Parts: sequence; structure tokens; C-alpha cells
Amino acid sequence: MAKRIEASNVSSYYGSFKAIDGISMTVEPKTITALIGPSGCGKSTFLRSINRMHEVLPGARIEGKLTIDDQNIYDSDVDVTAVRRMIGMVFQRPNPFPTMSIYENVVAGLKLNGVKKKSVLDDAVEQSLKSANLWDEVKDRLSRPGAGLSGGQQQRLCIARTIAVEPQVVLMDEPCSALDPISTLAIEDLMFKLKDRFTIIIVTHNMQQAARVSDKTGFFSIEKTGDPGRLIEYDDTPKIFSNPTEKKTEDYITGRFG
Amino acid sequence: MTTVQMTPDQLRGRKLSPVVNMIVAVAAVAVAAAVVLGLGIGNWVLVVVMAGVLYLAGLFAAATRVEGRRSARDRIWKTLVYSACVLAVLPLASVVWTLVSKGAARLDGDFFNSSMNNIGARDPNGGAYHAIVGTLEQVGLATLMAVPLGVLGAIYLVEYGRGRFALTVRFFVDVMTGIPSIVAGLFVLAFWVLIVSPWFNDGQPRFSGFAASLALTVLMLPTIVRSTEEMLRLVPGPLREGAYALGVPQWKTILRVVIPTALPGIVTGVMLAVARAAGETAPVLLVAGGAAAINFDPFAGNQASLALFVYQQAGDASRYAPARAWTAALTLVALVLILTIAAKLLARRNRLSK
Repeated sequence: MAKRIEASNVSSYYGSFKAIDGISMTVEPKTITALIGPSGCGKSTFLRSINRMHEVLPGARIEGKLTIDDQNIYDSDVDVTAVRRMIGMVFQRPNPFPTMSIYENVVAGLKLNGVKKKSVLDDAVEQSLKSANLWDEVKDRLSRPGAGLSGGQQQRLCIARTIAVEPQVVLMDEPCSALDPISTLAIEDLMFKLKDRFTIIIVTHNMQQAARVSDKTGFFSIEKTGDPGRLIEYDDTPKIFSNPTEKKTEDYITGRFG
Repeated sequence: MTTVQMTPDQLRGRKLSPVVNMIVAVAAVAVAAAVVLGLGIGNWVLVVVMAGVLYLAGLFAAATRVEGRRSARDRIWKTLVYSACVLAVLPLASVVWTLVSKGAARLDGDFFNSSMNNIGARDPNGGAYHAIVGTLEQVGLATLMAVPLGVLGAIYLVEYGRGRFALTVRFFVDVMTGIPSIVAGLFVLAFWVLIVSPWFNDGQPRFSGFAASLALTVLMLPTIVRSTEEMLRLVPGPLREGAYALGVPQWKTILRVVIPTALPGIVTGVMLAVARAAGETAPVLLVAGGAAAINFDPFAGNQASLALFVYQQAGDASRYAPARAWTAALTLVALVLILTIAAKLLARRNRLSK
């Protein structure tokens, strides 16, 4: 059920500040796409534009066209919650709901969207936690608070929560930046597993990670502070990391940036 | 050229021993007593104040000699902070002690079982049953009205309010915080008792406990709105975004994620408002009138309240009245305390064991 995402000429604004300018890219279903680039170049802004999380901030707006399987998600008759149900998101910092148990955290999306049947919820908890490589660690303490887990476990809990609602696309905004190498590895393994079912787009500052996990890589950059971010190059990951077309990309991935 | 040395060579330092500290304290008291009482310029209050100042000066001098200036300054500030803490708690302890010692005399079954109906100046008994009923009903009704309004208002301000209208609302909430209770009472008197209540009472204006609740609601609203607003703002944004990312609509996110996270703080704010309302005298006097007999119906006829009862008994000519006033004051404080503790326990009652 994974879907193709097509961005054409997308620009995002915070008030009068233009954060990204004219991004166009196509993301194929059941692939992992990595977005890399220096801080403040608009990777996260672009990612947040894909599930309309960008507009949560006051004054934020967007121009251009973003389609998911040929439906423009910014059409005026599109239901924002439906878009977000289709396109899940994992954030940089783990954000389990503090008043809920592990079990409730996983089924939060289902329960708050009206699923009540206990057997369905039980199934979803087990399946999602197993997909997130967390089941064995928490199966005996599902009624304990989610906030009591370690950072890596919390992040996997958030991933389980995201995939429990069966989205078609999963966006990940630097999901491993607060995690140790072992938890990072667990999440990368998880991404390979999830690739069979979901389209994944990940923002990362870790270029080894981008090279390891992704099928395609997009490199974002800015000319100077205050300029909008642009997509410099978007291609197959091996090509980006071995033989990039653009000089800028090569400078960045070889560490000669700036 | 002089060089400034920022890092010390020696990491260990000498400590001022507690014995020296004690000696400085005793010496300060002795000197202060000798000066004040010897010269006859004041009583023990001045001795305490002077001893305090002398102790600080002596401690600073001693600590500077032994430990150096930085530690000495640290000691002085620590002492000042502890003193401020004690000074702040003293009046509170004094109030509680006064209430308990003077209120215990009439703390009997009669006090909680009877009203002031048919109690004359020569009768030693009489009770506050009618006042307790009045306080509970008035504050209960006011809470029922103020909490939903206040919490919804705060949700609007934090989650939805944008632009000029939200700013105006917030400004008027701030203005409302400063309304004196007598003004709230006068407002309800003019609006509810004199204009609206005649519609329900064959053209005759009528006092009622409900009118008092309206005035208390006016007083509680700003406290609840402001404290709830602050608590909702403390809920991290990523938590809301986490719920949005699951496709949860905004209203459900607020109801099931934001409010539960902020609940303990909201309850504290509500209890502060309840405590303030329970202690108000003026609005009750103005619009409920006060009564000596029990009136269970808050919508018709005069009603008393504990604060009003204290006010009336304290000024009563009977020699048995002051004891009743003290016991009523003790009851009021105990009531607010019990309500606060109960609310805190309810809010903390998290099904999740930590």
C-alpha cells in the first residue's frame, strides 16, 4: 500500500521568510530516501511539508504542488487529519505521551481515531511492537509508563506508535540523532524491515547512515545564511556518494564544505 | 605587567567550624542584649533584630578570615535565604496556632449540628451548620460555572486564539484579576438581584445563594483562566505534533493528550481559585444577605456562608460569639485544606505506577 510522492516546485515560508525554494523530487513507493545537508538548509521544513505538519506553526505556509499518488495534499478540500493518517512521522526527540502506558502509547492513534475493539488493539500492539523490535523488551510491562523507557526504546516505541495506524508513508526527522550506536543500528535494521510495507523518507546528519540505509539521496544546501534552502542534487545513493554530478555535493560528502 | 590568576593552585581550603559559628551567634545575642537593655533603648524585639545584624557581620568577618571572601559571601547569602524562609513561615504557623488554640473551645457536635436560629445573646450554644451548607453550595455552584468556562477560555487562548481578539480577551482577563470582591458583589447585586431575580419572584428582588455563586464565579474566572493557560503552554509542542502525526484531530489531541498532561497544574490553579472564593465575605453579604437559619435552597432566600458567619460573630455583642467565630474560621481553613488535598490526590491518581 506504499505510495509515490511527487513534489513539484515546493516553496515553504515562515511568515515572510522563505525557508525552501522550488523543491522538486519524486519518491518511489517502498524505497528509503535520505535527505542530507547542513543545518538550516530546509530538510526538516521540506519533510514537515509532506504531511502538512509545517502549517502547525503560526505564519507558516507553502507554495507549489505536493501529490501522493496523484492527489494534491494541499487542495482545499483535503482533510488534514486524513493526510497525516496516511503519512506518519517520527520526530527527532522521542515524544511518547507521558500520561499513557506503553500499551496506550502504541494504540493511541487507533484509539483516538475510534477503534475500540480490544482484540484489534491487542493485535496491533503486538504486531507494531514486534515490527519495531521492541516487543521482547517490553512485553512483560505493557502497563508501565512509556516515558520510563530508555531513549532508544522510547524512539522505537514512537516508531511502533506510528506504524500501528498503518500509514503508507513514514517520515523520519533525524530519528537517531539522540541515540547511541546500538539503538541506531536497531532502528536502521527496522527501516530495512519496514521498507517492504512503507515508503520511508529520512532526514539525517549522519552521512554513513544515509549511505547505509537509503536507495536514493537528496542533498540540500543554502548559499548563505538567510537564503532559502535548495535541492542541489537528487540521485541514487551509490551515485551521490561515489560520483556526484555537482561540485557542492562532492565537497559536502567529502567534508570540504564551506 | 601583572597577570591575573583565575585558577587556584590549592584545591583544598579551610572550613569554618560550627563551634566558631555558634560562638559568633551567642556573642551577637549577648552584645545586642547588653547594648539594648543596658542603654534601655528598646525591648526584646530590637535585641533580636540587632543580634541578627551583628551575627551576619560577625559571621562575614570570621568566615573571611578562615575561608576567604567567596565562601564568606556564600555563607551570608545562605543565612539570609534561610532567615527569609523562617520569616515567611512564622506568620503562617502563628495563624494556624491561633486558630487551633482559640477555635478548639467550640469544636463540638453542637457547632456542626445546629444553626444560629433562635440563638440569643445569652445562649452559649448555637452553630455554623447553616453557614457550612451555604459555603459548600455557593462555592460548589461557582466552581461548576467557573471551571468549564475558565478551562475552555484558556484552551481557546492557547490552542486557537490568534490575533487581536485573543489579545483583547487576555487583556480583559488580566483586568478581571484585579477586580475587588466588593465590586463583583455590587455588579451581581445590580444585575442579577435587582434586574433578573424579580422575573422569577413575582416582581420582587430576592437575595439568594446563587447570586453569591455568580459573584464568586466572576472572582474565580481570571485565576482559573490564567493558571490553566500557563499550564497548557508548558505542554511541549512535540507532544501535540506527535498526536497530529497519528492523524488525531486537534480537539481530540487537546482532550486526550494536552489536558491530561497539564492536569495536575490545572487542578492546583482551580484549588487556588476555590480557596479564594471560599474566603470571600463581601459578595455574600451583598447578594445572599446572610441568614441565621438553615436554607438548603441556593436559588431562593437568604443564605449564610462561613466567612460571613465569622464576620458577623466577630462583631456580635454576645460574649459567646467570639468563640463561635474562631471555630468557624478554623472550620473554613480545614475545609479548604481538605478540598485541596482531595483534589491533589485525585489529579495525581495516575493509573501508571512510576
